[in-house]
Amino acid sequence: MKPFYLTVSVLAFAAAMPAAARDQIQITGSSTVLPYATIVAEAFGENFDFPTPVVEGGGSGAGRKKLCEGVGENTVDIANSSSRISQSDIDLCKANGVEEIMEVRFGYDGIVFASAVDGPEFALTPADMYNALAETVLKDGALVPNPHANWSEVNAALPDQEILVLSPGTKHGTREVYDTKVIIQGCEDTGAMAAFTASGMDEDATEAACMELRTDGRNIDIDGDYTETLARLDADKNAIGVFGLSFYQNNTDKLRVATMSGVAPSAETVASGEYPISRPLFFYVKKAHIGVIPGLKEFVEFFVSDDMAGPNGPLAEYGLVSDPELAATQAMVAAETPMGPLQ
Amino acid sequence: MTDISAAGPARHRPRQSILTASANMKRRNAAEVRFKLYGLIAISLSLAMLATMLFTIFRDGVSSFRQATLSFPVELSAETLDPTGNRNPEDLRKVTTVGYQKVLSQAFVAELQARGITQDGVSDKQIGDLISRDAAGTLRAQVLANPDLIGTTIDATILAAGRVDGFLKGRVTFETAVRDNQINPDQLRLVEQLRDAGIVQSSFNWGFFTNPDASDQRPEAAGLGVALLGSAYMMLMVLVMCVPVGVAASIYLEEFAPKNRWTDAIEVNISNLAAVPSIVFGILGLAIFINFAGMPQSSTLVGALVISLMTLPTIIIATRASIRAVPPSIRDAALGVGASKMQTVFHHVLPLAMPGILTGTILGLATALGETAPLLLIGMVAFVDNYPSAPPEGFLDPATALPVQVFSWASRADPAFIERSNGAIIVLLVFLVIMNVAAILLRRRFERRW
Repeated sequence: MKPFYLTVSVLAFAAAMPAAARDQIQITGSSTVLPYATIVAEAFGENFDFPTPVVEGGGSGAGRKKLCEGVGENTVDIANSSSRISQSDIDLCKANGVEEIMEVRFGYDGIVFASAVDGPEFALTPADMYNALAETVLKDGALVPNPHANWSEVNAALPDQEILVLSPGTKHGTREVYDTKVIIQGCEDTGAMAAFTASGMDEDATEAACMELRTDGRNIDIDGDYTETLARLDADKNAIGVFGLSFYQNNTDKLRVATMSGVAPSAETVASGEYPISRPLFFYVKKAHIGVIPGLKEFVEFFVSDDMAGPNGPLAEYGLVSDPELAATQAMVAAETPMGPLQ
Repeated sequence: MTDISAAGPARHRPRQSILTASANMKRRNAAEVRFKLYGLIAISLSLAMLATMLFTIFRDGVSSFRQATLSFPVELSAETLDPTGNRNPEDLRKVTTVGYQKVLSQAFVAELQARGITQDGVSDKQIGDLISRDAAGTLRAQVLANPDLIGTTIDATILAAGRVDGFLKGRVTFETAVRDNQINPDQLRLVEQLRDAGIVQSSFNWGFFTNPDASDQRPEAAGLGVALLGSAYMMLMVLVMCVPVGVAASIYLEEFAPKNRWTDAIEVNISNLAAVPSIVFGILGLAIFINFAGMPQSSTLVGALVISLMTLPTIIIATRASIRAVPPSIRDAALGVGASKMQTVFHHVLPLAMPGILTGTILGLATALGETAPLLLIGMVAFVDNYPSAPPEGFLDPATALPVQVFSWASRADPAFIERSNGAIIVLLVFLVIMNVAAILLRRRFERRW
């Protein structure tokens, strides 16, 4: 019966040690930020005497919720996020005693449209994307269910190829940017938005009508990550997929990127703002943990240092568009300034 | 179903013979042939599926067991690595991997010049890019552990960059390199020369089994070290927690418990528990072990507790079946010569049921080894770069597990990780095969039939 006592002692031991000090940083959140965070974590572990932080994926929203679960060693220290924190998250944080959060913006990520490398070239605009994907489009002055089956029907300049777009699923942080910068922009550009408003819809209803995508199988929402999109694109060469700039840059031998409004995506064009579809990348730090979890402040400072997030650092090499205002962020981190209320 | 006619008034029946096939018999025979055919089709379909799966896994994964390395002498110059010149560990630490990267890069370029290997269109920086980014960290750790190395020249064997490795394995070709941001055809021509000169070699990839995970920029350095340790820790704890509890519960339920409504309810619920989707146990683990009991996230202890909950019903069911299979005559005989109930169970029933219990336990562990879903929620699907320390403290350290590593590598951008992911599947499959074979051998060796 010896193993039985061993079990009991293991369980007793487990129950008795909730106060065991944690000495490694815990990070969770966006899967877009995940590769950047692992690159920094690895370099941090190599160059500092602190253990390498543990980095999890799982999504921006889920990560922020975990951050807001409370203060203490069994809650996470940093949440990565590919979209800005929302008021409801801040309220949740407050309710759970997480008063001060530091918002750190460390760079930008471009969102690109890419097709199979052997296929024809695409020069897209938001208006083309809207006409190809929306449930209802404006045709000859009237709102009609989307009749387009071919890219050349949308725009004669586009290749004669069936429409099939692999959009990011609604769980993705990418989807938000995709909706606002491509679909709603296209809705406005094609005049469909004005037509919706003219038909008596209020602002919210117009926006909702704009974001309604066709459901006849020409638009497919991909809930998995970019590797799934890439696999679907391999299977169907007609498809156009939506990827992060860094993912595309690591797979340039398989993907052909489309220009958007005449601009080819690259770190330079995203940084200058010429390429229209990009979003800031953030991480949120629980200020109460600085000084409690060893190395937390050093890690945050290392993350935003020029050696890492600067234009010649490893993150930029991986595909991050470095933030022109990085110096301000560094000063903010050094002073441990918590974020103010959302504007 | 014999057709022996009973004695009685003779009835008129059609003449039948087993030598001439009647229509009815033909139909029945045809049905039998068809049924056999369906069975064969079903089996060959599933075998074909299995074969395709194994074929793709091995095709994409076997290459991860080989790894390209670069060997060249590296001069560890005191000026760059120890600017203060006092060999003080504190000061030595101030030189980061960026500094070591430069040292490696310069030594590599110098070696190529000395050996007279040149390639038009490849800059010194591009030559340096052929070295893995992981090498600088390894070299730094080596120097910090042994500061006497500074000032000497060592023969370094370091990892080559992922694309170089891919080129030697045929994954990267001149055609893909034209469109690749990370390598160009000129660099590949240089690699060909390096291979002929013996500077680049491909050898068995021990690092795949010992290295920890690596970030997206260093697929060549990624290994299963932390995952193997994590899985081993978890299996050990699952074994220690599940077997005593499971066996005790089964013995009580089979031999001692009265048969009433309560034990019936327990029995039904054990079967139900065995069918609960594993993700549910993950949610439970997050709520109870981490949020309520305050155990550390990502630790193997929480992972083992969650997986134990999942494995326990399987072990109880298998154990009960093997206890039940011990014939009652053995119990009767033991009780008949005056053994107590407890003595009967522990001296006679349990030893006879042992092979079945072992088999059930091993099969339960094999399922547990491949479980990913519950680990997602307790933070074990993560990037963990430090090995967990030795048990028992190590049980509280963060770690990953084999199937988790497969999952996280499969979702990385660099194609080299897909190869690693398939390699990890092969390792996992090998463990599963070993466990299943052990279960079968144990059963063959010790099982008794009555």
